[in-house]
Amino acid sequence: MDKVRQVSVFSENKPGRIQKITGIFGEEGINILAISITSTNGFGIIKLLVDKCDLAYEKLKEHGFTVKLSEVLAIEMKDSPGGLHEVSQILSDKGINIENAYVYVVESRARAYLLVEVKDIEKAREILAGSNLNFFRHEDF
Amino acid sequence: MSRTDPLIEGAFWQRQNEVIERTFLEAEQLHHLKETLDSVYSNVPFYKSRFEKAGLIPGDIRSLGDLRRLPFTTSDDLRAAYPFGMLAVSKEDVVRLHTSSGTTGKPKAIFFSRQDIENSSDLIARCLVMTGTGRGDILQNMMTYGMFTGALVMHYGAEKVGALVIPAGPGNSDRQISFMQDFGVTAFHITPSYALYISSLMQERGIDPGKDLSLKRAYLGAEPYTEETRRKIEYIFGIDVYNCYGLTEMNGPGVAFECMHKNGMHLWEDHFLMEIINPDTGEVLEDGEKGELVLTSLRREAMPLIRYRTRDITRIMPDNCECGRTHRRISRILGRSDDMFIARGVNIFPQQIEQVLMGIKGVAQNYQIVLESFDDITVRAEISKDLFDGNIEHLLDLQTEIADKIRAEIIVKPKVELLEPGALPVSEGKAKRVIDNRTM
Ligand SMILES: [Zn+2]
Repeated sequence: MDKVRQVSVFSENKPGRIQKITGIFGEEGINILAISITSTNGFGIIKLLVDKCDLAYEKLKEHGFTVKLSEVLAIEMKDSPGGLHEVSQILSDKGINIENAYVYVVESRARAYLLVEVKDIEKAREILAGSNLNFFRHEDF
Repeated sequence: MSRTDPLIEGAFWQRQNEVIERTFLEAEQLHHLKETLDSVYSNVPFYKSRFEKAGLIPGDIRSLGDLRRLPFTTSDDLRAAYPFGMLAVSKEDVVRLHTSSGTTGKPKAIFFSRQDIENSSDLIARCLVMTGTGRGDILQNMMTYGMFTGALVMHYGAEKVGALVIPAGPGNSDRQISFMQDFGVTAFHITPSYALYISSLMQERGIDPGKDLSLKRAYLGAEPYTEETRRKIEYIFGIDVYNCYGLTEMNGPGVAFECMHKNGMHLWEDHFLMEIINPDTGEVLEDGEKGELVLTSLRREAMPLIRYRTRDITRIMPDNCECGRTHRRISRILGRSDDMFIARGVNIFPQQIEQVLMGIKGVAQNYQIVLESFDDITVRAEISKDLFDGNIEHLLDLQTEIADKIRAEIIVKPKVELLEPGALPVSEGKAKRVIDNRTM
């Protein structure tokens, strides 16, 4: 199971924050593979799956952003109706609670990953080791 | 973190004056009060007419207890007397002018004779010596020089005790940090908000203020702040922090100062008479009760002031201090009666909110209170960079924790906005904490 990391960014709800991030990434040649934005009560958290994770983290920090690197489970699913249901069914059967999730599409209508945040990733990995789920492979970057 | 140096126990600048027996002190006070009343009655028309209105002549004041028969002086009186109306000596005998500006209207003009300058430096010298600063120390003075007394009076006092003074003033923060590094600065004089700002800047530059510098102590003044903030500054810099209190109208800083026990500030009662009053009724309160500090200068020549209302809220701590000084202490300034604001009918000081915020993990040091209506308070707090974990639930919990804890302190539940670190303007002087957008 290859490890996959995401960058989380704290942001006030004010215009221009995402453009600022994409601008920095553009300059540094960092590609965004998947993005999730959650906003509530006047602030939000932007989660990003990028190809150059450490560089993205350093550059955002340099520009004064409040950032955090963390690991997610990247579970392969079919990019077709029912693909998400299949995966989430298995997780729920195994008693794994999804804290947050978003999707990274590798090949449209063929293959995608569900990026899943869980409380205890080590434990989740153990539980899922014997399942018939497929996980992220580095050659997909 | 903070350590009290055993060497400074028993260190005095003017020992006799500082440990004087209360009965002698009171006799001296009465003598100087009478002199002061004679001076203002004969030299300041404002006071003559005030006394006449109250049906008093200086001779009617025969004891310290008679003080309360005299009328108050307010900052409005000083503004009305601008520029020379309060002067009790001829202009030729004045050697310095400071002004203290308010947010509205004319400034207050405060004059110093040569002896006034001498006295104010001696009072600061007492303060410095009792906290361990003297010859061999290097004091970086980061208060505003110029019309504000804070920096200059400290400057004179520090030179008097033989310290090397760096008159840095506020601002140009990278240079401030270089001075501290290059010259081995041991003490600094600063506002609490600037101290916090400088500390975070040092950390950004990879300097550990507790390990990489020679700092031993800081003198904090000019804005009210909480015990939590003091401890935080002591912790970050690995130093002792001493509170000082003063106001331009009473010689500037050095009116009251903490000794090494850091438990209340000794107010130099051989130079000032203090009273605590109910700010609404003017009634004099018992020692220990919280109210507005009222000061009468006992030795000021150029511009003596009688029962001057400082607008600062504090209380007298009547117990003896272990250091042996007989001058009573006042508690840290709990707020300015001017800063106090009312929301939903409750009297609130910004410091109450600050105290709560400083006690919450996950909040950085900068904050703002925004008032849009008479019913609502919005508290804007920056989250702490180090504690951000990418979890939105934790931030929502933090938001709730802040609101609930503030509510427990001030009864009113605020709206809480979480901001990115660095979102609020950083102050290199006095921080503006309350933004009042209300219209009547
Ligand atoms: Zn003491």
